[in-house]
Amino acid sequence: MAESKTPIIEIKQVSKVFKLQDQTINALHDANISIRKGEFVCLIGASGCGKSTLLRIIAGFEQPTTGDALMWGSPIKGPDPTRGMVFQDYALFPWLSVRDNIAFGPASRGLAKAVVKETVDKFIDLVGLGKFASAYPHQLSGGMKQRVAIARVLANDAEVVLMDEPFGALDAMTRERLQDELLDIWQRTGLTVVFVTHSIEEAIFLADRVVVMTPGPGRIESDNPLLLQRPRDVASPEFNDIRRVMSAKLHSHHGKKAA
Amino acid sequence: MALVETVPPPAALVTEKPVGKTPWGRVKPLVLALIVPTLLLAFWHIATTQRWTRLIPTPYEVGEYMIDFAVGGIYDDAFSGTLLTHLIASMSRVYGGFALAALFALPLGLMIGRIPTARMVLDPFLQVMRPIPVTAWLPLSMILFGLGPRSAFALVCLGAFYPILLNTIFGVRSVDPKLFEAASMLGCQGNAQFYKVVLPAALPSIFTGLRLGLGLAWFVIVVGEMTGVPQGLGAVIMDGRTLSRTELVICGMIIIGIAGYLSDRIVVMIGNRLLAWSPTHHG
Repeated sequence: MAESKTPIIEIKQVSKVFKLQDQTINALHDANISIRKGEFVCLIGASGCGKSTLLRIIAGFEQPTTGDALMWGSPIKGPDPTRGMVFQDYALFPWLSVRDNIAFGPASRGLAKAVVKETVDKFIDLVGLGKFASAYPHQLSGGMKQRVAIARVLANDAEVVLMDEPFGALDAMTRERLQDELLDIWQRTGLTVVFVTHSIEEAIFLADRVVVMTPGPGRIESDNPLLLQRPRDVASPEFNDIRRVMSAKLHSHHGKKAA
Repeated sequence: MALVETVPPPAALVTEKPVGKTPWGRVKPLVLALIVPTLLLAFWHIATTQRWTRLIPTPYEVGEYMIDFAVGGIYDDAFSGTLLTHLIASMSRVYGGFALAALFALPLGLMIGRIPTARMVLDPFLQVMRPIPVTAWLPLSMILFGLGPRSAFALVCLGAFYPILLNTIFGVRSVDPKLFEAASMLGCQGNAQFYKVVLPAALPSIFTGLRLGLGLAWFVIVVGEMTGVPQGLGAVIMDGRTLSRTELVICGMIIIGIAGYLSDRIVVMIGNRLLAWSPTHHG
């Protein structure tokens, strides 16, 4: 298949410079990355390393200052339903019920009511929120809100799911459950996931590849394929070996700066 | 405005506010609410029966006059049994002026909130006009709209205008930018975002503006009816003042207070239904 040769997402020599009054900030410098369909990629790094900027460029919220961001070989010009975003602070529509939040995308695309309903039912079930279909976001816990956010992206036929520290605001127990659920959904659907996190453990637990980024200016330090078998055990010696290596890569930069 | 942030317990579906179930729990709010009016009434009674002032009638006299004002049969003067006529005249001005204010302020507010050029053109002008009290507009209003109901209508409209306008602008401008991003990545872009994101997100603020606007419409009705209208609660108060009939003035005040309060409660009830999704919007 020709399709499997073309990466679903390709970032070529992308730099992003923000101008704030008379200051210029090199948020991202010469980033190169290519993501194949079905991959689970984690972007990890300290704050200011450009991981969120890179994610927002892939989403189409930001345009690269130089370089190319491509999906299936054609330039990403703006936000698009094929690339769904899951925000850390959920960004659900507070005036819509769980059901209507999930229906927002399909309805915006003008699908027939019956189709929308069927789609919504399917994804409410997928994320286990059947009982809360008519609840409003403010009535839900953080974990439930993030389930809605994931369902609304999936219900819109997203091929790529972009997640910006989606579980960062959740308690440890909920985070672990959602990580398991996310992996389960990913394995069943064959989605491509780009996941930003600052937790080494979370990255190693989830990803096929961990892209380590460093700040000042934001750049990709290394791209690390993980060959660890799934399901992964965070307590296993192999897991901890990788964690040590990643931790060293992440902190080598700080060492240089401090010295 | 009670804008209280309520934090729902995690993972729990909060359907109803906890309400006291015991009989005392039910009457407690009413009892507490009546403490201050009762004290005021007692003070009024003592002050007038002890002759601390001779110009203010006793609560009893006012009460008696209120009955005569409402249904007649006690004094049978020019004001007996006319309460309903005056109340309806004032209500038509309050709601009419309010509706007209909303008709102008809502689209204008949405425009100023959304379109930077409109904001730059209109905002400085409106900021200068806003501090001018309705009272100050009275003479000009009488010149422009003549003596009578049209002038009253215009003044009430002016009073209700700014709170609606400012809260609409505020609501439109304070939509969480993340919601625009969320909408656009879900396929809702451009002008569609106005109806699917801006309007619903601004609704709580718009509603607050409408509520304040209606409150102010009642607030300025007396000034509005200083324009020489024959009927209306404001006109009654003005007549009472000219005729040194203080009991008439107090009756008018009490009726405006109660009518304004009831009208606000109705708005709040509508708001609670309409804005059930908003955790900060329960009046």
